[in-house]
Amino acid sequence: MYRYDEFDESFVSSRVAQFRDQVRRRLSGDLSEDQFKPLRLMNGVYLQLHAYMLRVAIPYGTLNARQMRKLAEVARTYDRGYGHFTTRQNIQFNWPRLQDVPDILAELAEVEMHAIQTSGNCIRNVTADHFAGAAADEVADPRPYAEILRQWSSLHPEFSFLPRKFKIAVTGAAHDRAAVQVHDIGLQLVRDEAGSIGFTVFVGGGLGRTPMVARKVRDFLPETDLLAYTEAILRVYNRYGRRDNKYKARVKILMHETGLDTLRADIEREFEEVRSGVLDLPKAEVDRITAYFAPPPFAQEEAGDADAFAQALDSDPALAVFAERNLAPHKAPGYASLTISLKPIGEAPGDASAEQMELVADLAETFGHDEIRVSHEQNLVLPHVRRADVPEIFRRLRGAGLAEANAGLITDIIACPGMDYCALATARSIPVAQRISERFAASGRQQEIGDLKVKISGCINACGHHHVGHIGILGVEKKGEEYYQITLGGSGDENTAIGQIVGRGFSYDGIVDAVETVVDTYLGLRQSPQEDFLAAYRRVGDAPFKEALYGTA
Amino acid sequence: MKALTANRLIDGEVVWLGRAAAWVEILAEARVLEGEAAEAEALALGAAAVAGRLIVDPYLIDLERADGGLQPVRLRERIRAHGPTMRPDLGKQARPHSSAA
Ligand code: HEM
Ligand code: SF4
Repeated sequence: MYRYDEFDESFVSSRVAQFRDQVRRRLSGDLSEDQFKPLRLMNGVYLQLHAYMLRVAIPYGTLNARQMRKLAEVARTYDRGYGHFTTRQNIQFNWPRLQDVPDILAELAEVEMHAIQTSGNCIRNVTADHFAGAAADEVADPRPYAEILRQWSSLHPEFSFLPRKFKIAVTGAAHDRAAVQVHDIGLQLVRDEAGSIGFTVFVGGGLGRTPMVARKVRDFLPETDLLAYTEAILRVYNRYGRRDNKYKARVKILMHETGLDTLRADIEREFEEVRSGVLDLPKAEVDRITAYFAPPPFAQEEAGDADAFAQALDSDPALAVFAERNLAPHKAPGYASLTISLKPIGEAPGDASAEQMELVADLAETFGHDEIRVSHEQNLVLPHVRRADVPEIFRRLRGAGLAEANAGLITDIIACPGMDYCALATARSIPVAQRISERFAASGRQQEIGDLKVKISGCINACGHHHVGHIGILGVEKKGEEYYQITLGGSGDENTAIGQIVGRGFSYDGIVDAVETVVDTYLGLRQSPQEDFLAAYRRVGDAPFKEALYGTA
Repeated sequence: MKALTANRLIDGEVVWLGRAAAWVEILAEARVLEGEAAEAEALALGAAAVAGRLIVDPYLIDLERADGGLQPVRLRERIRAHGPTMRPDLGKQARPHSSAA
């Protein structure tokens, strides 16, 4: 994985010192809140309902055991013993004291972590497929490109005051696990006919109050042009993006108001200006960065390994279910990527205790080539484990309450913090997720329902991705009461779609029944167990669901 | 019936203006504001506390009588007064003396 060079290291530590001084000046009265607030936000510090919140960047969701242990230590020493992994592959601490934040940042800097560009109108943490570098179906590892983008975008002076936040996601496979089409820029790695690496480029996706699917601006962008082209997009956005209204400031609105053809022509014109200049990516530089992400030395699959694993599955049904749901195909024979679900039945999605983080760090060191990923679905992943080690990993996870075999099932819910923490919320989201999880907890029932993504946001900002949930739930406030709108048919993969509102909302007490009605309706109309919820919805539309929910088609 | 609430600058703790001019951590100890004059006085104390670097973002909230005590009207403010609804071990509700807050 990428290691800081001297520049990174001295920069991050000088930034910690700078923020320490800013906090000191705030507390001594040299800075007013109005002066201080943008400074604290530039260092990932928000003020939420109960306390400050610190958002720490996990670049493209990749971290090692040492970093995970540090997160656990921060949780234990400065917070309340846990952290919240987010849809942006970051972690948030919900209870730090302002006066401690400089110390926390200094601790994080020891393991090459920081909170820079986790807030504000800049280029945010670049996200990537959580199975990057491991997935059997990948064209190439997206992380070297995410890292190149990270280096280019870090403190880029021209792009520090954009009209609004800017999010870039990269996927290395045709099957998009990084939701690239709901990002400001989405990049999908592809090969041309000659076998050269390049990108299909999407621009103008986003969720929030005006959800939009990104438009394709390039079928194939050669690797060497990655930065020049990205810079061209940012320049066009920086120049024409609206600054008069923050709700219309994202590049998706520019795309919508300008139109694909005009905006693409603007980008191409700008690209002609910047290409073949300093931003050209020399092959040697790509190779240098890629070397940081070289695959670990995978062990040869031993004769008999596969049989032993099959036997273990036969003798332990719980392990078999876990393997079926939580193992993903790996490019190396005998290996798999293992999802550690942070959605134990009835628990808050994405939360992990310090002890759980430490266990995951131990497992990564012992069995996983020291690699951990955070998925945008708020789970953790050990990307490289030998199948032969899975029974032992499963046993240890079980001891820590982390062996839920529900990856991709109805209880593997994404939920934003909602009104239990967030100052912007209009309703709670975590307890809704918990109640749905409990309702569908029975393993047999979940298995029977099959792949189904439920995503919940506590307000229109859509941090919980509800627009791209197969079943999306948006919490709003109506006459002082929580109300929940259901959207159906959303999807955040290569066939991205924004879910459609099915009808009037449901009360806090009624929302779980409503979800169950939707699920039962699906079970009643699917053509076979192989037809998953989304496929069935796409076949029949929303009429049967409306009928079941409201009695009116 | 209102109270004035804010977050404490140094650690973010939720506080309310108390009966004396101090900022209290428990809603039950908050000064109950009846009428415009009381609200204006509280807001002036809030502004002074912002200038004095004690608190940030003061604002008035509505209260109602419930269960023999005072409760914020809005759910958001009830959650601020007690803690996350699904984590009784966190926030003010976790403090031994604040069960009635
Ligand atoms: C203090 C807490 C948070 C605040 C104040 C906040 C604020 C916002 C706002 C204002 C937007 C709308 C942006 C726009 O439409 O231009 C947004 C979008 C978003 N946030 Fe958050 N958020 C918070 C926590 C989170 C968390 C915990 C996550 C991950 C679980 C997250 C992930 C996202 C995502 C994925 C989007 C939508 C994608 C997009 O930008 O189009 N946020 N957030
Ligand atoms: S969707 Fe709304 S409630 Fe949820 S975290 Fe984002 S801003 Fe807060």
